[in-house]
Amino acid sequence: MTDEPTRRPVGRRGLLTGAALTAGGALAGAAALTAARHDDQGVRGAEAVPVAQVGSAVEPFHGPRQAGVATEAQAHAAFVAFDLKPGVDRAGLGRMLRLLSDDAARLTQGRPALADTEPELGLLPARLTVTFGFGPGLYRAAGVDDRRPPSVADLPPLRIDRLQPRWSGGDLLLQICADDPLTVAHAQRVLIKDSRPFAAVRWVQQGFRRAAGAEPGRTQRNLFGQLDGTANPQPGSPLETAVWVPDGPAWLRDSSTLVVRRISMNLETWDLLGRADRELAVGRRLGTGAPLTGSAEHDEPDFAALGPDGLTVIPDFSHLTRAHVTDDRLRILRRAYNYDGVPAADGTADSGLIFAAYQADITRQFLPIQRRLAERDLLNEWTTPIGSAVFAVPPGCPEGGWVGQQLLG
Amino acid sequence: MPSSTISGRRAPVVLLAAGLLIGGIAGCGSSDTSSTTTPTASASTSASASTGVLGVRDPWVKAADKGMTAAFGTLVNTGDTDVTITAASTEVSPMELHEMTMKDGQMVMQAKQGGIVIKARSEHVLQPGGDHLMLMNLTRPVPAGDELTVTLTFADGRTQTFTAVAKPFTGAQESYAPGHGQPMPGTSATPTMTMSPAS
Repeated sequence: MTDEPTRRPVGRRGLLTGAALTAGGALAGAAALTAARHDDQGVRGAEAVPVAQVGSAVEPFHGPRQAGVATEAQAHAAFVAFDLKPGVDRAGLGRMLRLLSDDAARLTQGRPALADTEPELGLLPARLTVTFGFGPGLYRAAGVDDRRPPSVADLPPLRIDRLQPRWSGGDLLLQICADDPLTVAHAQRVLIKDSRPFAAVRWVQQGFRRAAGAEPGRTQRNLFGQLDGTANPQPGSPLETAVWVPDGPAWLRDSSTLVVRRISMNLETWDLLGRADRELAVGRRLGTGAPLTGSAEHDEPDFAALGPDGLTVIPDFSHLTRAHVTDDRLRILRRAYNYDGVPAADGTADSGLIFAAYQADITRQFLPIQRRLAERDLLNEWTTPIGSAVFAVPPGCPEGGWVGQQLLG
Repeated sequence: MPSSTISGRRAPVVLLAAGLLIGGIAGCGSSDTSSTTTPTASASTSASASTGVLGVRDPWVKAADKGMTAAFGTLVNTGDTDVTITAASTEVSPMELHEMTMKDGQMVMQAKQGGIVIKARSEHVLQPGGDHLMLMNLTRPVPAGDELTVTLTFADGRTQTFTAVAKPFTGAQESYAPGHGQPMPGTSATPTMTMSPAS
């Protein structure tokens, strides 16, 4: 890795006004990308599925916890949010969730859904997972609001939010993920068809990451070119602590919570920034993801380190500084997907991130980070939250059971 | 998290094996069909038959508010002799055994003469566009996700019950509906189903 050591850009003051332009950024970027290809420091120990087996790879559906949370993120995702129809009560929800759980149980294991009109599309699961999330309205409809995890409520308004109803809210969420986009599309079709007597589609967000096997074990990149998810809790004890509710009644134990935010990323104004300024904004090297004080992605950042100009090497306004937590109880699991819509006639991109964050408790973990980012993350200059929704992620179900049974059964 | 894999080539075998796991579930063999809108702890939508004359794999019924609807599934005869179904019944509707056949260039539905025969050591698929168990006139709605108990009567007088889950399904039209329904194997006719109500 030959990325230049903490080269200072033209000026932090200029950057703060969002007007800085540095020359040579593109060249530096090309050099860093070439270098990154030979750098294995960021690779984690994930087992890669051989390419020939991508289609037939299976993730379990049944179990105490839902799949699709701790599951190594698949390449493609559809987040489908529903509004329950008026009159759908606890019994109606039970019927709906039995149907949807059965669809998920079959399709994730490479079997067509019951009464599948395109059964051939159900034979390649490609690590399909279907993860159920319950919005606040579901608890009200079922008359069990007293069982709603307290942190599963609309987020308090944030200064940076420009939320649109078309990307916000929802009574029920299905997060459908697989390493094959046709598998995702078929599962989405089957699940929407079976939900139709009970619910209307409120919004759908479709996203992608690197193709399966393209970069096994690596942190994914967003469309700003940044590594996204470096600080995620590692599998094992850190992930356990961060994501899962350890105890409580049957409908809470082994549950989690999910925040889905649609973050519009302004590639046009991002283009105005030079590479060094981009790295200051995030606090990390673009090539390696290393903190500006380190050389490898997972190096601990040194927020006290000073540069020759007497300023901290990692600026206080950087995304890294604002989002940084060390206690696993305060971490969130980022399981984000990129979206890339159709550009406008003048070429203006419609790109961004489907920011999906899992944590045991939104109030304890997500909100403090989000507040710090809203206060002072320089990345806010180029990113805008345009959608927001919160869901409880109920425990999984055993074979023959259905998701939500502990809550509604 | 490591994932397991299935071989694409082996998938049909896996399907068959999974289908043959026919376990009894709560409600099987019971004649109670009145409180089917309440989800029960052990019921899943992969409802199936009690151990009986036939295996019934993946039974389902098309959800409907009123009028006619139909039940489907795969009947598995693992025995050495042919089995004939002569009648089917449920609490919510009179039932008939139907088949689809080509008449004057159109698929029409009619009562299956002689019943439905499941050959020894073979399977018989009841599906939209093919043989099916017809519910002629619902006395109450069968909403999506509901479970319906159906009793089969065989030529030798034995009976067997199975539970079918109600699925939202826009195919399997019971009246003339161009462009809907299922094509019949071996025909190139426009897939339509025409129903001449027998009652």
